[in-house]
Amino acid sequence: MATGTKRSPRAKKPNASKEELLHFYKEMLQIRRFEEKAGQLYGMGLIGGFCHLYIGQEAVVVGLEATAKDGDQRITTYRDHGHMLACGMDPKGVMAELTGREDGLSKGKGGSMHMFSKEKEFYGGHGIVGANVPLGAGLAFANKYRGNDNVTFTYFGDGAANQGQVYETYNMAELWDLPVVFVIENNQYAMGTSTKRATKSPSLFVRGEAYGIPGEQVDGMDVLAVKAAGEKATAHCRAGNGPYILEMMTYRYRGHSMSDPAKYRTREEVQKMRDERDPINAVRDILLTGKHATEDELKEIDKEIKAIVNEAAQFAQDSPEPAVEELYTDIYA
Amino acid sequence: MATNILMPALSPTMEEGTLAKWLVKEGDTIESGMILAEIETDKATMEFEAVDEGTMGKILVAEGTENVKVNDPIAVLLEEGDDASAAPDSGAAKAEETKADDKGKEDDTPHAKAPAATVPAAPMAAPTPAEPEFPEGTTFKTQTVREALRDAMAEEMRANDDVFLMGEEVAEYQGAYKISQGLLDEFGARRVIDTPITEHGFAGIGVGAAFAGLKPIVEFMTWNFAMQAIDQIINSAAKTLYMSGGQMGSPIVFRGPNGAAARVGAQHSQDYAAWYASVPGLKVVQPYSAADAKGLMKSAIRDPNPVLVLENEILYGRSFEVPEIEDFTVPIGKAKIWREGTDVTIVSFGIGMTYALEAATALAEEGISAEVIDLRSIRPMDTATVIESVKKTNRCITVEEGWPVCSIGGHISATLMQEAFDYLDAPVINCTGKDVPMPYAANLEKLALVTTAEVIEAAKAVTYR
Repeated sequence: MATGTKRSPRAKKPNASKEELLHFYKEMLQIRRFEEKAGQLYGMGLIGGFCHLYIGQEAVVVGLEATAKDGDQRITTYRDHGHMLACGMDPKGVMAELTGREDGLSKGKGGSMHMFSKEKEFYGGHGIVGANVPLGAGLAFANKYRGNDNVTFTYFGDGAANQGQVYETYNMAELWDLPVVFVIENNQYAMGTSTKRATKSPSLFVRGEAYGIPGEQVDGMDVLAVKAAGEKATAHCRAGNGPYILEMMTYRYRGHSMSDPAKYRTREEVQKMRDERDPINAVRDILLTGKHATEDELKEIDKEIKAIVNEAAQFAQDSPEPAVEELYTDIYA
Repeated sequence: MATNILMPALSPTMEEGTLAKWLVKEGDTIESGMILAEIETDKATMEFEAVDEGTMGKILVAEGTENVKVNDPIAVLLEEGDDASAAPDSGAAKAEETKADDKGKEDDTPHAKAPAATVPAAPMAAPTPAEPEFPEGTTFKTQTVREALRDAMAEEMRANDDVFLMGEEVAEYQGAYKISQGLLDEFGARRVIDTPITEHGFAGIGVGAAFAGLKPIVEFMTWNFAMQAIDQIINSAAKTLYMSGGQMGSPIVFRGPNGAAARVGAQHSQDYAAWYASVPGLKVVQPYSAADAKGLMKSAIRDPNPVLVLENEILYGRSFEVPEIEDFTVPIGKAKIWREGTDVTIVSFGIGMTYALEAATALAEEGISAEVIDLRSIRPMDTATVIESVKKTNRCITVEEGWPVCSIGGHISATLMQEAFDYLDAPVINCTGKDVPMPYAANLEKLALVTTAEVIEAAKAVTYR
């Protein structure tokens, strides 16, 4: 098995159908609008606690979901709204969980950071940095134990990449050939600490090499590059070759959480990413220049998505708070 | 002058062993470092080396002999000029000198002096609980706690392919404490999995596998090492069912020896009962007898929740009567009354039961009738049984090995104050380990642990005798 590690080139030419491009556009836009709405509801006091928005990183999860098949699992950290929408969880249920209501996916008992869907094979939503990495390998362990060819997408950030349990997991995942794609969403800031201030390693995917895990760095702002890398990674896992690491170079436009003023980076840096590297605009450009869609058609899509998000927001406000009896349910099965 | 070679202690808790094989014969010249014999402990077969030089005079214990007590003479070593007829054949000669170290250990380590399996002493001789628990006509077999735990896992693994065991040294080494002996042979490497030394990581992998619907048994070589994994046990295993609104939980068992062994110092001698019992979402059991170890382990594996089985290294080698009932289980959350009494209720669990039962026997001789309750499960806790008992005896003491602050005894005391205040004729006394890290020195360790004498004293205090 090759353990080569390299940076994959940016996809120069779009190798995607019109349908696929439109699908990516819709999916990413839905996450963007949903997160903007969540930010708005947070400002209104309807969402409490911690709320970590995925704005800017949409291409990562949308591109990878395009390589998933039935039965594949996904697990991530607390910046999880995008992952849930991308795997098909109901925006109404997600938003109602953010507002802490009875119709939320966790009946209002989990909140932004702790949501799950057995139906969609989404295993959270975890608030402890790094803890979801061995959990993801455990889901992959179950696939191997049962002898199916499913894979587990285990997402974590550049901050989590410095946690010890990540490397404990790398070791066992490769030792046991577990079918897990480790997705490092490197948005370059672990809360307020830039990767340069947290590690001298120039890149994070190379760390798998020490354990024999192949990996590559991917332009995480380019949904097509993400998908291409995901196909390679999942093929590797499904063939029984063990884990694969994808370091997605991405960027979050908002602060770490709603309460983070993000003073650790310049306004210009953020604006430059938005102007030049935005994943949604990139697909929009391809759609328009390739004449796959007209401005009007895209506007129509924008309208549809706005309606879905508004409906979710209304639903999340109309849903009642959980019954007080719920305090003592679901502690034991 | 002839010297006795004594049966060596080859582990912190070894009390006896099997002399598996002699590698020398009478008349052989013995050099220092030579392997004299293979000795089987309850955990492993060990080679036993000569310390002194001389000639093998007489072999006192034939190979294949089981249950040879630590410090019993097993052979006689002759020095130059001795002849075989000078050989002592029992504990005479220079035995006193050579056994000085071990003697100190045995004297000062009360719980290592536990009655051996061959000659069950008083508390172990009558391990029949006061309440008839088994149907009439039930037959029993004598088993160690170790064998009972292994049988429980094997039975559940036979019944359900989703059950698997993972941990350090569980497979090829057959278990650091031999709890998983034979399981690799029967179930293969797919289901009996050796892990690297990486508690945090493999605990998390276990929980992830449980999320996916498998039923992992995760062995910690000791619970002390599980502190590296406590985040996965609490944040991931215990809380996910609640956080997911009931959608997914962790049907997982975490197990291993808990509490003090003997002379292993502060980092290897901690009782975690109170720590884990405080966590909603976890179930915690701490069996004393082999029957309970088996029945609770089987229930733990079947339970859809994360269950922690706090075992005890010293209890592993003790024998009890285990019912020969097809698919025998013990319900989690039900205490057992081991001995009925009228004057004072003694509540304990795990190794603490040793002191509770010894104390009850001694108290009976002084005319104090103690009722002894084994909680068996720490969470959920059967406080109803304790309260009912206190309504009868009006006095209660608790016995545990853990620390006094925020202890299980403290919780029972508070519960009794709230729910049985009018029945109490004396303040509840908590007999616990002392509020110190476990010292290594034999005399200090003895002081740090709870003792039978302290339990007797407490019982007398609450009964005003």
